[in-house]
Formats: sequence, C-alpha cells, structure tokens
Amino acid sequence: MSLRNFRLFRGDINGGKMENYSVEVDKGMVVLDVIHRIQTNQAGDLAVRWNCKAGKCGSCSVEINGKPKLACMTRMNEYGPDEKISVRPIKAFPVMKDLVADVSWNYEQNKKITPFQPNPDKKDQNGNYVMMQHDVDRIQEFRKCIECYLCQNVCHVLRDHDKKDQFVGPRFMIRLASLEMHPLDTVDRISSTKNDHGSGLCNITRCCTDVCPEHIQITDNGIIPLKERVVDRYYDPVLWLFRKLFRKKGK
Amino acid sequence: MNINDIKTIEHDVIVLGAGGAGLRAAIECSMQGLSTGLVCKSLLGKAHTVMAEGGVAASLGNVDNRDHWKVHFRDTMRGGKFLNNWRMAELHAKEAPERVRELEEWGAVFDRTKTGLINQRNFGGHRYPRLAHVGDRTGLEIIRTLQDRGIHQGIEVYMECTGLDFLKDKDKISGMVAMWRETGEFVIFRCKAIILATGGGGKAWKITSNSWEYTGDGYGMAYEAGAELMDMEFTQFHPTGMVWPPSVRGTLVTEGVRGEGGILVNSENKRFMYDNIPERFAAETADSEDEAEKWLAGDKDARRPPELLTRDVVARAIRKEVKAGRGSPHGGAFLDIANRRTAEDIKRKLPSMYHQFKVLAELDITKDSMEVGPTLHYFMGGVRVDSDSQMTRVPGLFACGECAAGVHGANRLGGNSLSDLLVCGKLAGSGAVNYIQSSTSMPPFDENQAIAIIRSATDILNRESGENPYLIHENLQDLMQNNVGIVRTDELLSDGIKGVMTLWNNFNNVKADGASQFNPGWHEAIALRNLLITSESVARSAKMREESRGAHTRIDFEGERDEWLKYNVVIRKNLDGSMLAEKVLRKDPDPELKRIAKLSIEDLEKEVTQDKKEK
Repeated sequence: MSLRNFRLFRGDINGGKMENYSVEVDKGMVVLDVIHRIQTNQAGDLAVRWNCKAGKCGSCSVEINGKPKLACMTRMNEYGPDEKISVRPIKAFPVMKDLVADVSWNYEQNKKITPFQPNPDKKDQNGNYVMMQHDVDRIQEFRKCIECYLCQNVCHVLRDHDKKDQFVGPRFMIRLASLEMHPLDTVDRISSTKNDHGSGLCNITRCCTDVCPEHIQITDNGIIPLKERVVDRYYDPVLWLFRKLFRKKGK
Repeated sequence: MNINDIKTIEHDVIVLGAGGAGLRAAIECSMQGLSTGLVCKSLLGKAHTVMAEGGVAASLGNVDNRDHWKVHFRDTMRGGKFLNNWRMAELHAKEAPERVRELEEWGAVFDRTKTGLINQRNFGGHRYPRLAHVGDRTGLEIIRTLQDRGIHQGIEVYMECTGLDFLKDKDKISGMVAMWRETGEFVIFRCKAIILATGGGGKAWKITSNSWEYTGDGYGMAYEAGAELMDMEFTQFHPTGMVWPPSVRGTLVTEGVRGEGGILVNSENKRFMYDNIPERFAAETADSEDEAEKWLAGDKDARRPPELLTRDVVARAIRKEVKAGRGSPHGGAFLDIANRRTAEDIKRKLPSMYHQFKVLAELDITKDSMEVGPTLHYFMGGVRVDSDSQMTRVPGLFACGECAAGVHGANRLGGNSLSDLLVCGKLAGSGAVNYIQSSTSMPPFDENQAIAIIRSATDILNRESGENPYLIHENLQDLMQNNVGIVRTDELLSDGIKGVMTLWNNFNNVKADGASQFNPGWHEAIALRNLLITSESVARSAKMREESRGAHTRIDFEGERDEWLKYNVVIRKNLDGSMLAEKVLRKDPDPELKRIAKLSIEDLEKEVTQDKKEK
C-alpha cells in the first residue's frame, strides 16, 4: 500500500479545474479502482462512467496523463512510484460532468449507416447461411470493437478540426467496413462512404489504430480498403469506361 | 414541486433495460407496430450481456447432428434439478435455434465449422457441442447485432436514465417515473405496458462478476408494484472468477476455458473433480483421465470430463479444496489451459481471457495456470411470470431475461442465459403486443403517485445529514458474502436477515452529498432500496428452503428432498409493508415433458434419431 497523488478534472460544460486527491493505493489496482476509492471516501458525487471493469464494454474511456485509455485496464504499476496521475474526460466530446463526456454524437452516426441486408440465396437446403471461416476472419476483427470511442477521441479530423458534420470517424469507418466486407450483405455503401460519411477526410495518420484497446488494425485493414473501393468506383478511368459500357446491378 | 414542469413522454410500451433481453423484446414490439421506448441506465450497448463469453446454447446440431431440442430440454431440466418451469424450459429449448439463426439474418458473425455453418462448442452440462460462439466474446456480438438492428427500427432509446418506480391505474400498469442521470431531472413515461429486462442483483455480494448496474432494480420495482418474486434462493456462484489481484476478485473467467480442455487442479497438482462427481451425472461423466482425453479429441463414445459438470457442483468442489487447505496461494484452485493447448490455439480461441489476465493479473495463460474461485454470477430466480406471455400478476407488467424466474430452476447451464434472453425477450415482446391489442387506450395518469416517487428520491439529497450510501452498500456486500453465500445454514441466514433489517434502518436515513447533476452517490443511494429488497428476498427464501438443491446449499439440510421438489418459494409484499415468503405448490408437468426429461440418454438418443428419420 502506498499514498499516491491524483489530479482529477472536476467540473462541467461551463468550466472546471483539476483537483488534488491523496489516496492509498493497493497492489494490483487499476486507475479505475483508485477513482472509485476517491469516490467512496472523499468525493461521493465524482462522476465517472464505467460498467464491466474488464475491458469488454468500453465505458470508462478517459485521458490519463494525456493518453487516451480505458481506466479499468490501466494498472497503477505502469506509472513510477512518485508519478502524479492526472485524469481528464476524453477531449473530442463535450464534458458532461467530471470524467464523463457526452458521446451521444457517435450514436447518431451509427443511425446514418444503411443496415445489413443478407442475400437469401446464400442459404443451403436446410435454411442455414454458409460462410467459411476464412471469409469472415477479417470482419470478425472489426466486430471486436467495444465502442470505447478512443479512436474517435484521437482522430485529428474530429478532435482538432471538429469536422463532426463531415466525417463519421474511425469507429464508423470500421462499422462500414464490417458491413461492406460481410459475405452475405447486399447493400452498396460505397457512394455513402464517400459522400455522407466522409472517407476522404481521413489522412491515414494511424492515431486511431494506436489507441485501440482491442488492437484492431483500423487503418490498414478497415479504412484503407474502404478508401480503395471508393477510389476504384469514382476515380479509376478504365473501370469508369467499363461500367459505362456494361452497367451491372448491385455490387 | 410543480408536476407540470416535469417532461412527460408517451409510448405504447416501455422496455426497461437494454441488455440482450430488453433489446430483443423492444425489437419484437417495434416490429409488431408498437411505439416502443427503451430505457437504460448505461449507454446503449454496454449492458452486462457484453460480458457473456462462452456462447449461446441452441440445438442446431451443426457439430454433432444427434442434437435436438429434446436433449437440450433434458439437459436444462437436469441442470436445474427439475425445479425449472417445465413449459418455459420447453419453449426455451424449442425456440433457441430459430433465435440464433435470426441473429445471423441480422448480421451476427459466429465462428464457422469446416463446412461453413455456425460452429458450436462444448460447455458444462450440455450433452453435445451446443454453444454457438464468437471466440470468447459472444455476448458482445449479440448485443451489437441487436443494437444495430434496433436503432433502425424506430425504437426510441433513452440512455443513462434510471427507472425509479411504476405508476398504476388501479391494478394496471400506467407508466414509470425515471431520472436522467446526467441532469438529475425527472421524467414521466406514460405507457400501456412495461417490460422489465433489468438483469439480476449480483452487486449485493462482495465477490461478483456483475457490474454496478446489477442492483436488482427490476426485483425492487416489481415487488413494490405488487408482483411476486420466485426462486430467489437460487443464486449461481460461477466456479471460475479471478481471485487475484484483489481489485479484480470476482471478474469472470469463461467456462469456455474448460470447454476448450482446461483442467482444474489443487495445490497437490491433483485433478480433484474426479472425486466430486454426483451420482446423477456419474453415468455420463468420464471416470478416468484417459477417457476425458479421448472425449476432448472428439471420440463420440467417450464421456465428458468432470470439469464440465454443472456450475453448482464445480463451485462447491473448489470451495471444498480451499477449505481443506489444498487451495492456490490466493485462495482458489488452479485452472490450467497452458499445458493443454498450444499458445496459438489459446490466443485464437480465448483471446479476451488471454488479454484480461495479461493486463489485470500480469499472467500469461499460455504459460501459467490461472487462479480461480467462485463468484456470484447469476440469479436463476426473479420476477414470477406466466410461461408463455411473460406477464407478471400485475396486468401490463412483463419480465424477461435474468430478471424473470423459471427457465433455469435451481441452477443454470452455461450458454442458457443468452438463449433465454433471446427466446424470452421475444416472448415478452409478443406478450406485450397481445396485451396492448386487447386493451383500449392510454391509462389515466395519477400525479400524486408520481410526486410521491420523486419525493422519496429527492429526500436523499435534501437531508441535512445521514448515512454514506457507499458504506451501506459495502456493509451489505460483506453481510451477503458471509451469511448468504455459497453454503448456508439456518443460523447464518437468520443473522443475515437481521443484518438486512439493520441496513434498512440505515437506508431510511441515507444522505447523498452534492447536487443532482450526474451524482453517483445519489444514484447509489437510489439503487440501495432495490439491493435491499433483493437481499432480503434471497435470505428469506434461502431460510425457508430446507434442502440443498442446485445452487442453494444448506449444510444443515444436505441433499435434495423430494418433498421440496413440489414447491417454489414465492415472495411478495404484505399489506403492512413487510416481506412475505411462502411455499407455493408447483403445477404438475405435462406428462410428455416429464417423460422426455426422465428418459436415459441412450433411449432419448434412439428416439431422436427416429424423430429425425421421420422428418
């Protein structure tokens, strides 16, 4: 057990400040445990969002010493014994209160994405869909997403340029990729990926990939292939001519 | 307070809780044309369903084509020690395959077999590989699929909104008062029906796999509204929770580890489960390590290893080893997968377990054994509902998923909760649709009821001084852990009830500091009432049931008693406000269902083969 110094943001949309807390920390604790201890003993109304406490639900996203992280999966022994620990809410979204940010914008983006529609012809005679494991491996990677929105939080387009009206962000590029690469899906989302969801705004700095707690290769496996599909559709002169001459329905 | 300042929202139906059951119920209501509101305490997609790891049980027969609903039904009844509601267990086993296929129709991507079908894995108590899964994150796949389906179907979602209590028009449901967590403002939902899908109440215990949300809200609200609770004594202790470090004690380690071949050993390196095979399962369990190895290799004639016995059996066996001084350094047993599978296999089949131990315990499960011990995981009991409509005895009030009783009896099999929430979620949705179609209009609104509900919430903030809600909760957790734990006696339970009554007094004077805006202390204090109702009902039911059955173990009344198989313990609120526990005679089962459940596995397999030929 050791006494540690914590600095937590206290405040809301109208402003606030970093406040100091001195707290006993036990072996094996994660940052969220320490925040809970402060809540119990020193600040009963300290707001923090959390659920599963095992890195599976993506609720407790915060910025710890400037780094976007899940508080439940950040061990105290990642920091030096005398290091002061500062925790703030994720910056790309408006603060609600203390460590909690208003992430409702993300839920609005998901609604704009055309939902999954399966191809009934891919059923066998018993009514089961047939898909091979190697055909679903890549979308299973995207479907590991726990919607912690840490990728949204570090995306320059959203965080620094605040172009939330033009770009849905890496989380929803991954969602689009998981639909576009789904072996059963029949919807064409390439034009909406470009025109409505803003795929062109991503400039591939890979910051999203770096912070993903699920280690999803957001940029390389999701966004870049999507961008390639957009380029093939809109900017490839050979394909353009081909389509002009032999227009086909569907994908 | 002017009631007109409080926002009122109208829907045909309000679903409270947005885990798998709530989402599936809401989708059903919305698909059938109801105006549907979905109210949840957390953000959408964060409910406890995301923690379900191993899979969803359904007799698809993709891996072993001998599987059939009758075998799933028999396994479920035996796992539940025959205390399950027969009809519910029947509906559950029959409808689960269709509910799983429907998820695929909605975009879920399960792991595949070699021929491209939904893959299925072995799990405790299931005769065949039956759990459709996605690595060890099946719950996430299910909740995300339902969430993405639901948002495009016109369901209105009200996130971070806590239900406080129901409004009634005479005996019927007429609405609910709730509170926005962000602002602390109140909201009145007027509706014709309410579906509870609030999950269990594991947060009443200290060592639990459950998150903060699991405060028994549905139990407390239903009880206050005049509904009954049933089988509350059956609280499942999952055998494998993490035991180290202390801050993650209780966090779940999926049964999938054992399903993939993991074994339990004690400090003497002995596979102690061989000494803990109950008579009922002896004929179907391997009695040598040789046979268990053959089974794992896929030999259909070999019997399953004893590590895959039902959860109640494994949890008690681990406890016994620890008590006898043969536990692991931090008071658990060793769960070894490192010596059973290649590192590559482990990382592919159990990625989130690998990650969880690596980060939280600094342990590499491909190299070392995990330390595991029992953790409060699931409520078999809950709100008493009709088997087909899922309606309580309060007209217009429905319940499904973990918060309802019936499917699982005295003990739930792993994988049966995800199937339960899909099957019963849909049933509750249909139940509400039928109820609303047969009733006429929006029931009238009684503002005095709403004012009373709001007052009792604001009193907590307005008191000059009082008890710290966090500390009341901690005391309750210690009490339930010690007195209403994995083994029980009359003395422990009587003291437990007394303890709960003392905490009721503390609760009546609870005080939350600060303002109403996103105030976790206030939220905690509001949840305490439901936690206390939950705890008192579990303790009273457990004291009444003088036998040991499934998850309920009384060392002063060992073994199952035939007499007790005739009864459920039912809880309801007395007119004087006190809690009444009562033995209620169970209905006789349908003879055909009884016949199926009691058949030997050999005879049932023959019958099922015949059934499939005729089909």
